[in-house]
Amino acid sequence: MNQKQQIILDLNEIFTDIIDEGEIMLNPETTANDIDGWDSLNHIQILAAIEKKYTFKFTLTEIQNLKNIDDLTNIIVQKTSA
Amino acid sequence: MYSDFNSLKKNLKKEFSCKYKLKVAVLGDSATQLLCIALKGFALENRIDLSIYEADYNQIHLQLQNPQSYLHQFEPDYVIIFENHKKLASNFYVTPPDTKPCFAQEKLQEVESYHAIVSHSLNAKLLYFNFLEVDDAIYGSYTSSYVGSLLYQTRLINIGLMQLAAKLSQFQLVDILSKQAQYGIDYLFDFKNYIKADMVFSLESLPLIAKIIVDQIKAQLGIITKCAIFDLDNTLWGGIIGDDGVEKIQIGNFGIGKVFTEIQYWAKELKKRGIILCVVSKNTENIALEPFLKHPDMILKMDDIAVFIANWDNKVSNIKKIQQILNIGFDSMVFIDDNPFERNMVKENIPEILVPELPEDPSEYLAYLKSLNLFETTQVSSLDENRTEKYQTESARLKHASLFKDEESYLRDLNMIAQVDPLNQYNLPRASQLTLRSNQFNLRTLRFSEEELLSYKNTEGQFVINFSLKDKFGDHGLIAIILLKELNSNQLFIENWAMSCRVLKRGMENFIMNTLVDFAAKNNYEELVGEYIPTAKNELVKNLYPSLGFEDVFNNQWILKINTYYQLSTTISNNL
Repeated sequence: MNQKQQIILDLNEIFTDIIDEGEIMLNPETTANDIDGWDSLNHIQILAAIEKKYTFKFTLTEIQNLKNIDDLTNIIVQKTSA
Repeated sequence: MYSDFNSLKKNLKKEFSCKYKLKVAVLGDSATQLLCIALKGFALENRIDLSIYEADYNQIHLQLQNPQSYLHQFEPDYVIIFENHKKLASNFYVTPPDTKPCFAQEKLQEVESYHAIVSHSLNAKLLYFNFLEVDDAIYGSYTSSYVGSLLYQTRLINIGLMQLAAKLSQFQLVDILSKQAQYGIDYLFDFKNYIKADMVFSLESLPLIAKIIVDQIKAQLGIITKCAIFDLDNTLWGGIIGDDGVEKIQIGNFGIGKVFTEIQYWAKELKKRGIILCVVSKNTENIALEPFLKHPDMILKMDDIAVFIANWDNKVSNIKKIQQILNIGFDSMVFIDDNPFERNMVKENIPEILVPELPEDPSEYLAYLKSLNLFETTQVSSLDENRTEKYQTESARLKHASLFKDEESYLRDLNMIAQVDPLNQYNLPRASQLTLRSNQFNLRTLRFSEEELLSYKNTEGQFVINFSLKDKFGDHGLIAIILLKELNSNQLFIENWAMSCRVLKRGMENFIMNTLVDFAAKNNYEELVGEYIPTAKNELVKNLYPSLGFEDVFNNQWILKINTYYQLSTTISNNL
């Protein structure tokens, strides 16, 4: 399994825990529109949980440019490899 | 220490059996959704079901001032207003330079006007957040000398808010500033969330904020800690008295003694403000007593300890003994012991009692205990200071009681004298305190602040009667309060009857009943009406009215006919 696939598995867990409406399976193309409960409030919690898990902080620009799960995993890969 | 935000949020989907239900309105000038979730989740863990009305963002004035607003229809018990330091700064920056020195004063007047509406029109309590203090680095160090700076004005507001809280009833502060001092601005305030979502608090700090609010609500409901039970060895001093001897225990300047000296100073201050201190220790009694009697560096003396138990029984049965002597609920006690085994045993056998999990290192004990905010209160009264003395007298009284052949001769020997007073400015603080603190002997468990009590008395057809008691051992002060309300020209309703459990089993109920009947007869009422509203704690008085001669009407509603009443027997005489 490559690093990005592993990250998506971790994200599945975070999303499932926070949205708390059953098992969530993400793929690189998933966007907020595809997931019930991925609203602005949960989004804040999700980003905070990712920051905690991978011990880095998103910049405001990174957050603004997020479109889908692929963007998110790319940032995580980039920030954790540095 | 407490749950994180996500578990508080999950509480909203779980079932809790709540003892209390309250309505809370939250008004803010930032987005408060997450704060409300944390608040509701935290309250549920404390068995309080909050129904929360969260006003739309930035509607504070509109909601307060428009009598048709949803806030007014909602009829909240509490109104929480959260205005944040960022908005305060923006308002400050658009204030013309010559009026900046008056900025704090104007803000405080505005807050006072919020309070006027909340307390008078809504008849609710106001919880108002103070402001985080952040220097904007415009004037450097000169900022604290310059009355026209943001930091100077913010500090004036924060001091002014404390003065308002001291002055106004129904007004309490949500003191996030003290949390800033403890944890820092970066812990509390999340600037990125503020930019993205107009939210002030970090997710991590939300449970802490919720705790400040829920702790205050609990105190208002009468859920407070009244008694702290301490272990001795390695809790109040370092070392083991039975092994080390009185010269070698660590207290004062010996070894790490300062750690324990500080704990003792803290305990002593708690005692001075009315917390009952007790000791439960696995020790031989005369050895355990030695430091209290002989050691020059002991801050706590025997006078400070209401009940001292040192023996080799298990701590559970010793704590149960203390509970019987003090006659207060286990849920108003905290047990402080360094030994995890003892803590677990107590926790398992007495689940209601609070047992802090002390850190391993004694130097962290005190900071940890303080961080738990174990001793919330709504008021402090000078009467609190005498409480330990009263319980010590009570212990003496209990020993005395065993000498008499029957209860009545014992009671007669006590020379009890009761005094009946209307509500006046001298007994008002204690009268209010009695309604707020009594849980067991409390027929309808109505709580009254001093102001509410005064306005109750000043209403036509309503009366407040206070009872004080003294005996040969000492003065108990005001121990019962009765509120009466005319239902119609024939019937007088006992709106509430609260009595201190210290004077149980003394015939005080009979004395009070006789007094009430006299009062009703003098005022030409034909019937007294009583009601018992059950709570988790007042089972004790479930059958009070029938035992005093009342007849059942329906569902815990009771009636007593004045003209067929016989005076009940009592050994208490009236101080006329």
